[in-house]
Amino acid sequence: MSALVIKGATAYAAGLPTQGRPGDVVVVDGVVTDLDAAAVPRNADVIDADGLVLLPGLVDIHTHLREPGREDAETIASGSAAAAVGGFTAVLAMANTTPVTDTAEAAERILDLGRSVGLVDVQPIGAVTHDLAGQQLAELGLMHRSRAQVRVFSDDGHCVGDARLMRRALEYIRSFGGVISQHSQDPSLAGPSACCHEGELSGRLGLPGWPAAAESVVIARDAQLARHTGSRVHVAHVSTAEGVEVIRWAKARGIPITAEATPHHLALTVEQVRTYDPVFKVNPPLRPIEDVEAVRAALADGTIDAVATDHAPHARHDKEHAFVDAAFGMLGLETALAVVAHVMVEGGPFGWADVARVMSSAPAAIAGLPGHGRPIAPGEPANLVLIDPAASRTVDRDTSMSLSRNNPWHGRTFAAGVYATILRGRVTAREGVPTSC
Amino acid sequence: MPRHLLSIADLDAAAIRMLLDTAASMQDVQRREVKKIPTLRGRTVINLFFEDSTRTRSSFEIAGKWMSADTINITGKGSSTSKGESLPDTVMTIDAMGVDALVMRHSASGAAHQVAGWVKARVVNAGDGTHEHPTQALLDAFTMEQRLGTLAGRHVAIVGDLTHSRVFRSNVLALRMLGAHVTAVAPVTLMPSGITPWAQADGFALSHDLDAVLTGERPVDALMMLRVQRERMAGGFFPTPREYTVGYGLTRPRLQTLLAANPEAVICHPGPMNRGLEISADAADAAASVILDQVAAGVAVRMSVLYHLLAGEEGSAA
Repeated sequence: MSALVIKGATAYAAGLPTQGRPGDVVVVDGVVTDLDAAAVPRNADVIDADGLVLLPGLVDIHTHLREPGREDAETIASGSAAAAVGGFTAVLAMANTTPVTDTAEAAERILDLGRSVGLVDVQPIGAVTHDLAGQQLAELGLMHRSRAQVRVFSDDGHCVGDARLMRRALEYIRSFGGVISQHSQDPSLAGPSACCHEGELSGRLGLPGWPAAAESVVIARDAQLARHTGSRVHVAHVSTAEGVEVIRWAKARGIPITAEATPHHLALTVEQVRTYDPVFKVNPPLRPIEDVEAVRAALADGTIDAVATDHAPHARHDKEHAFVDAAFGMLGLETALAVVAHVMVEGGPFGWADVARVMSSAPAAIAGLPGHGRPIAPGEPANLVLIDPAASRTVDRDTSMSLSRNNPWHGRTFAAGVYATILRGRVTAREGVPTSC
Repeated sequence: MPRHLLSIADLDAAAIRMLLDTAASMQDVQRREVKKIPTLRGRTVINLFFEDSTRTRSSFEIAGKWMSADTINITGKGSSTSKGESLPDTVMTIDAMGVDALVMRHSASGAAHQVAGWVKARVVNAGDGTHEHPTQALLDAFTMEQRLGTLAGRHVAIVGDLTHSRVFRSNVLALRMLGAHVTAVAPVTLMPSGITPWAQADGFALSHDLDAVLTGERPVDALMMLRVQRERMAGGFFPTPREYTVGYGLTRPRLQTLLAANPEAVICHPGPMNRGLEISADAADAAASVILDQVAAGVAVRMSVLYHLLAGEEGSAA
């Protein structure tokens, strides 16, 4: 029997009797057994969590782990360590690896690699189309029936641009309750070279523009397809006020649509691109403050359901190029909680229960992940994160668990930080250091 | 004077004035029989052109040679991530040889800014993507001043493919600093995104009607015609060359309108010209045309830029 007692943390989770008050949580053999330390088993490990915040473990429904194919940029091991340090107990690994996760075998391999590392539950996302080519469906049913039980499908990095193929995919996965996470980018309005929000700054800088409409027209189309098919669409990395408006419209009509926002689209603006620093090149691009504020408001009012990192590690040799030639993407796993706390809690309307919702229970529900994003209550799996709201930590890209260094937060100091992450009762990271099995 | 010349935005009116004044004395060298001054003896200037160029590259090369610098041309298109050496490796390799200046042209906007952060040499932006071409704006100002005198209060209309033009972006900055009124003229599809707030912030006017500009209350003193690439039709930027010319070309009748409103008006074009598309042969070869003066001024202005970046406080101008 292994036992853990978390003493004195203030917990926030759905249905918790001690909501918002300091209390104790007792974990035995990976399961929460009691909310009163009077029942402490002998020889229990004790975490003195006085002053800390306890939430259900974070869930990231949008992570790029790069393995297989680009193990120089990230591996499932290094990405799992980054996730654990960042407070995550589950991550969904995007399908755009080499080879692409478009078969049952590929999905099972990612699941197994994640289990062998053991720091975080790694759940594969399956491709919607074979080789992400947008031409024919990937083996959606076989991936679902595999040991990986894939439920989330995405061609992320590419938009499923063909409306008929999107419709068929949605119809096909409805029978097993699947969901398509769409990278909403109309390829003719924002082509592969589009790399800067289309507006005054892209005009001045002479960078190929990525107009807001390229996002919102795809969201609008997919909302209509979700209504038509009765199947679920999830909008990845919403970045524009126009996109938010369409989602709000669709939700008001009961259309089965959910959405996520990234920490960087909640906190950074297109102004970062002024110096042509490719670290700030991301897809969709950073937007003006008006869009950032719209995305924040949408997260606050529930139009956007979840935060997802779009953690996108890249080797230096893929980033250190002229801006238009550099790879898209930035790191996010280790900093997500700090950024969300900064923007939405310290500088916004959120309490910690809202953070638990958008970073744990909502994403777990979207992905259909059992055992994550659950209430903190007896009988529930002990997937938890302890947060120090006054950690005051400065981000140093060189101490990252990730193999990559494309960290847009380097040098920034955040008030909140993850103190410890607990996966089924086991501490997987503490004070920035992952704990090996 | 900043350490590099990357953007007109790095300069102020005084710096532009200094560069143009030095260019005037450099033009005296250009008119001599023996065109050689020792100013940059022992200095090495690399012309690093990742994109095709004839006039700009030879203009920089001549400028360096007349000032006794050792100039070397390196051309290549291997700039992408897909194959060959990366941009940082290429420029740092050349920089490690101990060169004094890198004159760089690249198809990527911002490339010169990035390179300036990687090398010890002075960097001159000879055109970065659709961003800027600062020496072009300086030579345009120099040429216009030769005919018009001070540009303060003068009206310059810039017509053509503004979206894809680094010449436009550098010119609008320089001309506003020198006090000129600027009107940017193009169909909406050939104007950069966000140009309305940009024009408001930087104090220039926008028009989609060239004829209205030519007959407007403020006569045009300089009409700058920009190159329009025929292949832009494919991107839906305009329907046909014919429609473009009818709407925005400097045709023979428009030339007459321009000169009727202002007999002193001058016509500029950064080249290479598409005769018959954006400019008629009559306009290109008219007495009002200063297109070849621009080319001549290019050498003097580039001598001035190299002088101020490399000789700086040490030497004196010719």
